[in-house]
Amino acid sequence: MTIALKTRLPGGLGSRLGGTLIAGLSILGVIAFFSIIGPFFVDEVLAQVGSVRPRQPPGGDFPLGSDAQGRDMLALMVHATPNTLKMGLIAGVIGGGLGSILGLIAGQFGGWIDAVISVISDSLMTVPAIAILVVIAGNIEEMSTSVMAVVVASLSWMFTTRTVRAQVLSIRERGYIEVARVNGEGPLEILFREVMPNVMPYIVASFVGTSSAAILAIIGLEALGLGAQNEMTLGNTIYWAQQSSAVLRGFWWWWAPPIVVIAMIFVGLFLTSVGFDRFANPRLGRRA
Amino acid sequence: MSSDLASYLAKRITQLFLVIFIAVSVNFIIPRLLPGDPVATALARLQTSGSGQTMDIQAVSDAYRARYGLDQPLWNQYLNYWADLFRLDLGVSFANFPEKVTVMIANALPWSVGLLATATLLSFFIGSFLGGRLAWPGAGRGIRALVPGLMVLSAIPFYLLAIIMVYIFAVELRWLPPAGGVETTRIMRLDWATAQDILRHAVLPCLSIAIGNIGFWALGMRSQMVSVLGEDYITFAEAKGLSPGRVFFWYGIRNAFLPQITALALNLGAVVSGAVLVEVIFNYPGLGSLLYVAIRGQDYFVIQGVVLVLIVTLAVMLFIVDLIYPLLDPRIRR
Repeated sequence: MTIALKTRLPGGLGSRLGGTLIAGLSILGVIAFFSIIGPFFVDEVLAQVGSVRPRQPPGGDFPLGSDAQGRDMLALMVHATPNTLKMGLIAGVIGGGLGSILGLIAGQFGGWIDAVISVISDSLMTVPAIAILVVIAGNIEEMSTSVMAVVVASLSWMFTTRTVRAQVLSIRERGYIEVARVNGEGPLEILFREVMPNVMPYIVASFVGTSSAAILAIIGLEALGLGAQNEMTLGNTIYWAQQSSAVLRGFWWWWAPPIVVIAMIFVGLFLTSVGFDRFANPRLGRRA
Repeated sequence: MSSDLASYLAKRITQLFLVIFIAVSVNFIIPRLLPGDPVATALARLQTSGSGQTMDIQAVSDAYRARYGLDQPLWNQYLNYWADLFRLDLGVSFANFPEKVTVMIANALPWSVGLLATATLLSFFIGSFLGGRLAWPGAGRGIRALVPGLMVLSAIPFYLLAIIMVYIFAVELRWLPPAGGVETTRIMRLDWATAQDILRHAVLPCLSIAIGNIGFWALGMRSQMVSVLGEDYITFAEAKGLSPGRVFFWYGIRNAFLPQITALALNLGAVVSGAVLVEVIFNYPGLGSLLYVAIRGQDYFVIQGVVLVLIVTLAVMLFIVDLIYPLLDPRIRR
């Protein structure tokens, strides 16, 4: 026992309670701030093909350089980041919402409904999402960012369902549920008035995870060339850079900015979800 | 065989068949939700994209129509589709007509399996060891600094790490080749030079996948180890005066390791998804690159075939992992 109590996650990774959460939220906050403010200051025209001189290294008129097709990289980043975040948010809301509803239903009603939902979600969890998404996305004629978000959301609800279902199962056995039942509350009333408020922290936490997984899948599909080709997004930028062999030709300012922004988004989401886990589940924090 | 084990097996077999069924049906249904027949649509798209000019569209189209009975009711087509799958017939490539999709996949599969198996096992064992060390009291300063860094790194998609790796090691330092599976001039023989060539090309893709995953396994192992350390048998082993190394490996790692195997099974899908993109970045001759080339060329049957092989192979592998698991962990056998 003493051994376990002495161990602590080292360094800045959460030796203080909440430090991780604050770090994660600050990173996300900075990105969100620039995504909202940026587009007002940088002209969207500069991010379109052929609007500036191509292949310029950073400096002078082009703070982040320009790509081989004549897009100003700074303008491209400023307009692509909100699009990527928007897709992640939409997919997170749809996937997380669907996952929560299925999890609540499976946990509350049990029986064959639970069996069906569990088997399907367990099975889908083991499937490499990109394989199915490739088939779906490849068959959509007019791809847009919103369609993309919906497509990805259709395969990102399973984790939420699992977490929420497990929580509902444990909450159902608590005393106050018994009290509510004796008081004559119906199953739906119990579900929404007693169970749901207690599952809320888990729903919020899994929303972060779902958004993160959705952005991962979206960027992956875009990097394969299955994204909304006419819209400016971070994944499309990676795709164009890869298409034009930007790495081998030494245009580091073409592929590095999207990677840095994407990395910041994921590290921010990761720290937020780790921090939030500890916040929502204090037992975990004490044990660590 | 106890009834617990029987129901466990039944559940796993149901799951296996469900995954295969979903994969096949998705592959069949989605293209047919579009108006027109899938072959005509695919060929039309091929033509507009300009990559199909070299072939006789009409001949290919007629061959497919006759072959797949596209004028028959949907239900018949679906049964035919299953029948073809059982004969391991995945159709013929549009772009490389009349090369069989099965042959193309068979050529690509060994590359992907080799790359993925090496990278996954490497990251799994290194990550688990580091995570276990980190939870152990008195972990060295090196580990305390390294592992959280790797955990943060594991949050970044690993095909992006791959791009950075290509830039540093292949473009700037020129230590390793930037792309491909072997030198383009190499004639494949069973000799040392070929093996060396293959290894040289595999280092960077393998490292990108491994580095992106070590942190994930370390994170899981760390929390497992923390809870194992609270167990009475650890205290007892220490009280007996066993050496710390022995307690760490035989009492700590061995017990904390088992849930990691479950996590491995659940996570392989994500690893495969990422590895597809790593192959694309490195132009590695595996399934990922095959898929990418097929998507770019709208090579419909190749896309379907690769997707199916990816899902089914993984499902079968997970099934095997789950079958072995009760042998490893006597606690769930009972």
